[in-house]
Parts: sequence; structure tokens; C-alpha cells
Amino acid sequence: MADAVLFEFLHTEMVAELWAQGPDPGPGGRKMNLSVLEGMGFRVGQALGERLPQETLAFREELDVLRFLCRDLWVAVFQKQMDGQRTHHQGTYVLQDSSFPLLVPMASGLQYLEEAPKFLAFTCGLLRGTLSTLGIESSVTASTAALPTCKFQVVIQQP
Amino acid sequence: MAVCVAVIAKENYPLYIRSTPTENELKFHYMVHTSLDVVDEKVSAMGKALVDQRELYLGLLYPTEDYKVYGYVTNSKVKFVMVVDSSNTALRDNEIRSMFRKLHNSYTDVMCNPFYNPGDRIQSSRPSTPW
Repeated sequence: MADAVLFEFLHTEMVAELWAQGPDPGPGGRKMNLSVLEGMGFRVGQALGERLPQETLAFREELDVLRFLCRDLWVAVFQKQMDGQRTHHQGTYVLQDSSFPLLVPMASGLQYLEEAPKFLAFTCGLLRGTLSTLGIESSVTASTAALPTCKFQVVIQQP
Repeated sequence: MAVCVAVIAKENYPLYIRSTPTENELKFHYMVHTSLDVVDEKVSAMGKALVDQRELYLGLLYPTEDYKVYGYVTNSKVKFVMVVDSSNTALRDNEIRSMFRKLHNSYTDVMCNPFYNPGDRIQSSRPSTPW
């Protein structure tokens, strides 16, 4: 039980530290900090993408990999499974979490909506890193309509 | 035990390759290189055949008169190739599998090392492998 909280605190501090370091949030400084967070998530995702599927059998297709993300990866990092996964058209998947653990302590509803993106950047990088280790190049963006629900949109680059 | 061990990245370049008799190393490098074709063949055959068994261990890739070559693919398409002396008939399949499992564990540890950049050559501080 305590383990989940440790990561949440660490994540909160990471966001606070990287936000404070940039100059007064003009548009240039802001984007740079978000990409730093995303880069950190990417490296962690790469390592997790190696360690977590170690005992599982080989993935046959993309959908297997997405299912792995929603179940095993989410359980390993957030101790719960992702709620929904939808395919829009080929190559685009929307993963939805109705109570995202990193947003739950913040608010429930529309308060702090504009602060949410920086708390989602690390997780976007995490998803992108894990997909990259498993052989899928993609770009991941996150959006919130109301805390703590959030949607991650995964767009797979076609070679 | 194993005469040569190689870790090959997804893009088919070697991340780590080490062989025990240090003379004639080029012969082992060449053997590992040719075994990559066999690995690709097995992986694509596994993809097409709708067999439920999607194992990571590929088994004996091909035998030559002196050596046997075994392969293993991880989920991240990193390949491990091991060359074993043929005269060592005591080596059973289970032992090869456990050697690959140890190798996979060590590779995972390397990936999780924050000072390692994925895609770089793997530097080992110890000159010889534990097995």
C-alpha cells in the first residue's frame, strides 16, 4: 500500500521541481519542461518494457501489446487496470482511465483543469517508451475533460 | 560450457559478443552473423503459423560438425545467440534454457541501469562470463 504513495510523492516533486526551474512560464519555457518530463517517462518506459514482459510469451500483434499496456503495465505502476480501450481507425487507440491515480488527490471535477497536462506528461512518455521497446513507434498525447478522468491517445506511426 | 555468447539488438547489430577461446574469434562472429538468418526465419514462421505456442526460446538453430548454435528472442526483439561445443553432449535442453534465462535477466538489469543508453554497446567490467 505504501509503495503506490511513494511514487505519487516522487512524481509530484518531479513536476514541482521542473516547473519551478524554468523561467516565468512563457510559452517557450513551458514546452521545454513538459518534454523533459516526457523524456524521463520514455526512459522509464523503455526499461519497464524490457522487464515486465519477461516471463510472458511473445506478442503476436499490436492489439496484444495494447492489452498488455492496459493490464500489466498499469497494474505494475498504478496498482489498477486501465478502464477502457478503444480503436478509432487503424493505428489510433484511445486508452481511458476514469480515476487516474496521479490526478485523484488533486480534484474531482473541473477545478485545476489547466494544471493537469503537466501531471500527465510523464505517463505519456512512459507509454511511448514501453511501446518503443516492444517495437512500436508512436506518439502519445493526453487530455482531460474532468479530473480525475483522462484519456491517452496513442497514434502509431506507420513505417 | 558455452563457447560463444552474443546479444544482438532489434536492428541486427551486436550489443555484446564474447567467445572463450580468444583465437579464431572471427569464426564465431561469422557463425553468429549467419545464425541471424535462421532466427528471422523461425520468428516469421512462428508469426504465420497459428500455433498457440509463442515461446521465446527458439531451440537449436543449426548444427555444424564442431558446434551447435542455439537462439532466443525477447519480446523486445533482442536476440541472444549461444554457440556450444558439440563434444559436450552432457548439455541438455533444460540447461540451455536456464542459461538463456540468466542471460535475459542480466540483459534486463542492464536496460534498467540509468547510466546505460539503450542502443549502446554493453560494456562488461568482468573479462569473462560467469558460465
